Amino acid sequence: MAGLSVGECLMAEITYLEAVREALVEEMERDENVFCMGEDIGAYGGAFKVTDGLAARFGEARVIDTPISEIGIVGAAAGAGHMGMRPVVEMQFIDFIANAYDILTNYVATARYRAFLPCPMVVRGPSGGYVRGGPFHSQNPEAGFIHTPGLKVVYPATAEDAKGLMKAAIRDDDCVLFFEHKYLYRRIKGEMPAGDTIVPIGKARIAREGRDVSIITYAATVWKALEAAEQLQTEDNLSVEVVDLRTLAPLDDDAIFATVRKTNRVLVLHEDTRTGGIAGEITARINESCFEWLDAPVLRVTAHDIPLPYAPSLEDFVLPQTSDIVRAVRRLAAY
Amino acid sequence: MPTGGKRKAGTGNGEPGTAGRRGSGNGKRAESPGSRFPVPGSPSGSDRASARLTRDQKLDLYYWMRLTRSLEERLVALYRQTKVVGGLFRSLGQEADAVGSAYALERRDILSPLIRNLGSMLVKGATPLEILRQYMAKGDSPTRGRELNIHFGDTDRGFIGQISPLGDMVPVMAGVTMTFKMRRQDRVGLVYVGDGATSTGAFHEGINFAAVQRLPLVVIVENNGYAYSTPIEKQTAARQFVDKAIGYGVDGLQADGNDVLAVYDVTKQAVDRARAGGGVTLIELMTYRRKGHAEHDNQSYVPPGEIDRWAAENDPIDRYLAVMRDELGASDEEIAALDARVAREVDAATDEAEKSAPPEALDALVGIYADPARERPLWFREGTDRAVDVNERAEGWGTWQASRSASA
Repeated sequence: MAGLSVGECLMAEITYLEAVREALVEEMERDENVFCMGEDIGAYGGAFKVTDGLAARFGEARVIDTPISEIGIVGAAAGAGHMGMRPVVEMQFIDFIANAYDILTNYVATARYRAFLPCPMVVRGPSGGYVRGGPFHSQNPEAGFIHTPGLKVVYPATAEDAKGLMKAAIRDDDCVLFFEHKYLYRRIKGEMPAGDTIVPIGKARIAREGRDVSIITYAATVWKALEAAEQLQTEDNLSVEVVDLRTLAPLDDDAIFATVRKTNRVLVLHEDTRTGGIAGEITARINESCFEWLDAPVLRVTAHDIPLPYAPSLEDFVLPQTSDIVRAVRRLAAY
Repeated sequence: MPTGGKRKAGTGNGEPGTAGRRGSGNGKRAESPGSRFPVPGSPSGSDRASARLTRDQKLDLYYWMRLTRSLEERLVALYRQTKVVGGLFRSLGQEADAVGSAYALERRDILSPLIRNLGSMLVKGATPLEILRQYMAKGDSPTRGRELNIHFGDTDRGFIGQISPLGDMVPVMAGVTMTFKMRRQDRVGLVYVGDGATSTGAFHEGINFAAVQRLPLVVIVENNGYAYSTPIEKQTAARQFVDKAIGYGVDGLQADGNDVLAVYDVTKQAVDRARAGGGVTLIELMTYRRKGHAEHDNQSYVPPGEIDRWAAENDPIDRYLAVMRDELGASDEEIAALDARVAREVDAATDEAEKSAPPEALDALVGIYADPARERPLWFREGTDRAVDVNERAEGWGTWQASRSASA
C-alpha cells in the first residue's frame, strides 16, 4: 500500500498492532480498573498477538482467558462496567461480534439511558478484508452498530490513531466498539507522539489536502484513497482531498460538510458492503445540509453486496480497489 | 386449608440431580398442587437457616409478601383505569419465591430481578411509590419514564434493572460478581431467571463463565410452569431444571418455591457458600404462575381447574399464615395490623404517585451518552427551532431562512 510511513527516523516507529498494545499497557498501568478479557488472550497473547506479554506483565486476574462465549464476556464486561471497572473485551475476529449483537444493542447501548447505569467498556477486534480470510474472518460489521443509539464506533487507519483512540476509548464513560483493521496490523507503522496523547473520539482527520474532489473514507481504504489520489495528481493533475473519519459514531458532520464546501465533489468510500452501509448515511447528510454546495451527485465506492469470498481473484473483485477509486473520481471531476 | 405449610424440607444429600420426580405425568410440572417437593440439599429442623431468624424477621417476611400482593392488586385497579399505560405483570402465587430469596441477601449484595420479582425488589429497598410512578410513566419515576414496569435498579440499594431479552442478566451479573472477586469484596450476587430463560444462549454462556471463574453468584431458576404460554414440557427435555447444574459443574439445589422459609433456607445456603468462595449455585424453585404472562393474557392454554387448585391449595401467603399462627403464635389482631400497615402504605403511595407529572418531552434527548450529554432534536420537530439553528442548518444552506421556518 502507498502511504506507508517512510520517515527518516525509523527507530521510534511501531506497527499499528503494537500501537494498540502500547495503549492497552499504558492504560492498564495508569488505571487498575482497566482489565482485558477474551478468548486466548492470556498466555497465548491472542490470535494476532495484540495482547502478547500482557498476562505476564499484569497477571491472569487482569488478562482473563474466557470460554468461547461472546454473549458471556460482553455481558460480564457490562456488569463490571456498572461496578466501576473499565473492561476491554476482545472479539477474536470482529465477525463474531454478531453473537453478542443482542446484549450490545439491547443491554449495553441502553444501560445509561434507561437505567442511568454507566457501562464503560471497549469491545475491540481484528476486522476487515484484503487478507484472504473468507466469509467469517474478513467482515466489517460496523454499520449495524452505528445504527444503534448508545454505542460509539471507532475504526482507525493509522498507528498513531490506533493508540490515541484506544486510550480515548478506554477512558470514555460509554461503550466503544473499537475496530482494528487486520490488514494494517503489521503493514502500517507510525511514530508515536511523546507522552500521554489522546486522539479524541468524534473527530475526523484530513489525511491529504486537496481542492478538486473529496474522498470520505476510513480504515484500510484510507490508504487505497491516498494511493488513488497520488495517481490522479500525477496522471490527471487532480487535487484530491482524503478525509479519514476515524470515528463512525458519532460522525464528524463538521468535517464532512467542510470538505464538501471546499471541493463540491464527493466520493464516499468504504470496504463494507454497499446496501445499508455508512456511505448511504453520509450521502444523505450531505444531501440534507450541503445540497447547494454540490457540483456533482455524491458517489459511492464500496464492496459489492456479496459475502466475502476466499479466492484472491474473487476477493479482489468484490472489495474496492485503487483502480475503482480512480475511475469514480474521474467521473466526479468530469461531471 | 393449605397443607404444605407444615411440611419440612426434605433431607437430601446435596447432590444435584437426586431430587425425586414430583407430581405425576412427565414429572416436570406438578399436576397436583397438593404434591409436595422433596428438597434434597436443604437442611432440616434446627439446621435450617430460617430457624435463626427472629420472630420479627419472620413477621417481616409476611409483610413483604403481603405488600407485594397488595401493591400488584392496586396496580390492576390503576391498569383498568388506564393509568398504567403499558403492560402489567403479576407475581400472584410467586411472592414467597421472590421475598424469601431476596431476604437471604445482605444489604451490600446485589440482585437482578425478573419480571415476577417485585417482592425481591421491595425487600432490597425499592419503594411502592417508585413502582407506582414507574408503571404510570411519571416524570419522577426511577427511570424518568424511559422504562416500563419494574425495570429499574439502584446499585446503592443492591438491585440492577433487568431488560426484556431473557437470560441477558446472567452474564451481566457474572460481571458484577467478577468485580466483587477482583476487589476481594465480601459480596454476593443473585440473578433470577425463569424456566424459559434457561433455553437461551445468554443463560448458558453466563452461568458457564461464572462457574469457570468460580464467582460468588447464585442463579435462581423460577420454575412456574409456563414461559408466556409455553409449558416446560416444550421448553426442555431435561427431567428437571436443577439437573442442569451438573453440566455446568456447579452446586444444584431445589426447593418448594411457595414455602417462604424453604426458599430462604435454600438461598441462604447458596449465598453462604458463594460468600465463602464456593462459587456458583443453581437453585430451582418450584412455583406456579397463577396469572397470565401479562394482564392481557387470558391463559386459554392452561388446563381447566389448574389455576383454581393452586389458588385453593397452595397459595404462598395462606401457607405462611398457617405457619405464623401455628409456629409463631401470631394472633389475628397482629396479622390484621400488618395488613392495615400494608394497605396504608399502598394508599399513601398511590395518592402521592398520582400527583406526579409525566416527563417533559425534551427529556427524551438527555443522557444517551455521558458525552455528549444530550442529543439535538431533529429540525422538523415543531417547537425546537432554536435547536435547528445549531444543528441541521449547516452554513451555506442557501434557501433556508430562520424567519420563514419560524412562521411555518
